[in-house]
Amino acid sequence: MIDSLKELINSISSPSFFLTLSIILLGVSLYFKQFWTRRSLGIAAAISGGLFLFSVTDENFREIVAKPDNLPIIALLFLVGFFTWLSLHLAFDNDRRKAAGEPILEKQETLPKTFVWPDLVYIEFIALIVCTVVLIVWSVLLKAPIEEPANPADSPPSTKAPWYFLGLQEMLVYFDPWIAGVVIPSIIVLGLMAIPYIDRDVKGSGYYSFRERRPQILVFLFGFSILWVFLIILGTFFRGPNWNFFGPYEFWDVHKVVLMNNVNLSEFIWVRGMGIGLPRNWLVREIFGIVLLLGYFAVPPYLLARGWFRSYYEKLGINRYLLMMFLLLSMLALPIKMYLLWIFNLKYIVSIPEYFFNI
Amino acid sequence: MKKLFTVKNTQIWKSIFRHGPPEDRRNRSLAVLANVFLHLHPVKVRSSSIRLRYTWCMGGLTFFLFLVLTVTGILLMFYYRPTVEYAYGDIIDLREQVPLGAMREIHRWGAHAMVISVWLHMFRVFMTGSYKPPREFNWVVGVLLLVLTLLLSFTGYLLPWDQLAMWAVTVGSNMARATPLMGTEGPGTALLVLGDVKLVHAGNDARFFLLAGRFVGAATLLRFYVLHCIAIPFVASILMAVHFWRIRKDGGISGPL
Repeated sequence: MIDSLKELINSISSPSFFLTLSIILLGVSLYFKQFWTRRSLGIAAAISGGLFLFSVTDENFREIVAKPDNLPIIALLFLVGFFTWLSLHLAFDNDRRKAAGEPILEKQETLPKTFVWPDLVYIEFIALIVCTVVLIVWSVLLKAPIEEPANPADSPPSTKAPWYFLGLQEMLVYFDPWIAGVVIPSIIVLGLMAIPYIDRDVKGSGYYSFRERRPQILVFLFGFSILWVFLIILGTFFRGPNWNFFGPYEFWDVHKVVLMNNVNLSEFIWVRGMGIGLPRNWLVREIFGIVLLLGYFAVPPYLLARGWFRSYYEKLGINRYLLMMFLLLSMLALPIKMYLLWIFNLKYIVSIPEYFFNI
Repeated sequence: MKKLFTVKNTQIWKSIFRHGPPEDRRNRSLAVLANVFLHLHPVKVRSSSIRLRYTWCMGGLTFFLFLVLTVTGILLMFYYRPTVEYAYGDIIDLREQVPLGAMREIHRWGAHAMVISVWLHMFRVFMTGSYKPPREFNWVVGVLLLVLTLLLSFTGYLLPWDQLAMWAVTVGSNMARATPLMGTEGPGTALLVLGDVKLVHAGNDARFFLLAGRFVGAATLLRFYVLHCIAIPFVASILMAVHFWRIRKDGGISGPL
């Protein structure tokens, strides 16, 4: 009974299933504000805790989860879950207060200002002690792992980047290294820096609120919790030897073979569509992909500026608007490319191996 | 209690603490103002801004973890030699020979914790809209500190010189090979030729610069060691000073207007 249940979970598990599920969960939970009450936090904690305890009884699951270096990632999962709940709980609470004409939570104090000594110094002191105790207990209970000495001649079957870069390593499945390893990290860093220069509205500064900052919060939660944290979880617990996908209760078999039959866009069009074979000149061969790619970054900003995003366009001005659209489209390119690979086995939209230029 | 009272009347005590016990408004102000460490704080703050449910204390914890990592890191530096010959053995000795030794453990788990606390700090700052003007530059400094935190963690990853370290850094640095125009396998690099001579090759590309060689070796270990122990903490300290200073200058801990 339990074994067949595990088998069922293993067989429906896949990156596409998990990604779709997490997007739906995020969307649905943001739509219903009842989700962000204390009671549903209890229910969610009970379900995820129960699921975790059930899974720990499984040998294969335990082997991966119990690695000392994976503990912080489990902590990360629960911490991000809790703090997402907390921030949205406070945000929806403030929205309700504003709608009812009450002062927001952050403005409710009877004394607006207080002395740093003792009120802040004591908070810091207690936080510092708690942190020290946690670190010492953690360090006494769990030895820092060390493997065999480094050997340049012996490459292990499964090499993973440090856990905080596993999101980028997962992107390598869908993009070439120059995009996943160089372009995307640069866009993430520059995009984060650009946030306050795009969103300059001082309304909604300094307190939790969802209604006043709905688009910003949606984009940030999508980027942070799904495209970053979720991909790290996926890379840590579901990607085994040779970066193959394994279900939660599956044994990490080094010899697992996954058939990949991925096709480039040029082949779809020239070979399968028109039946004439690939042209020899790379520019002719890839012209559809290049047009599609340029169109992807040019057409939506143009159409949206005249439609749904008109107010943004007018408020931000053309430079800020184009920067925002570029960042948004770059971010969306990742899930789009993921689904294209899963649904159509599409490998490259533009593929010019002559110059190592594949997208 | 009586004894303590007399201690407080001595010249030594008075030379160190120039104000009375922080029990009234004047002395509470002086407790902050007269102390070089505490005076990063203002004397008074908005009550709502320091509530734990508002700040999550993640920025403070990140700074504290940085200090913990500095102290444990200094202690580790007494025993660790960054050479291919000794590095691994020194780590084993730290593990096997030191009675009740937990410095490496605290350093490693603290590093994991710091990456998480930085992320949660940024998450809180975003969710409260605290990056908005006039704090935009401080958010940029924060993003730079995030990058430095990840680089600190990544350079430290190599130092145990075990299989995990070597191959994780190999995988990570392989990406640099694909840097456009600056890596051997990057797009466009093939165009950079003078006649038959390639201008960018495995001996001078971005990966070579990162590793100080064509593969992860002795020079890489030394390079990562210096980056990890000196160079990045140095830059991070300067940026932290700017970060904390700007909190004060940009209106203190954020709160509703």
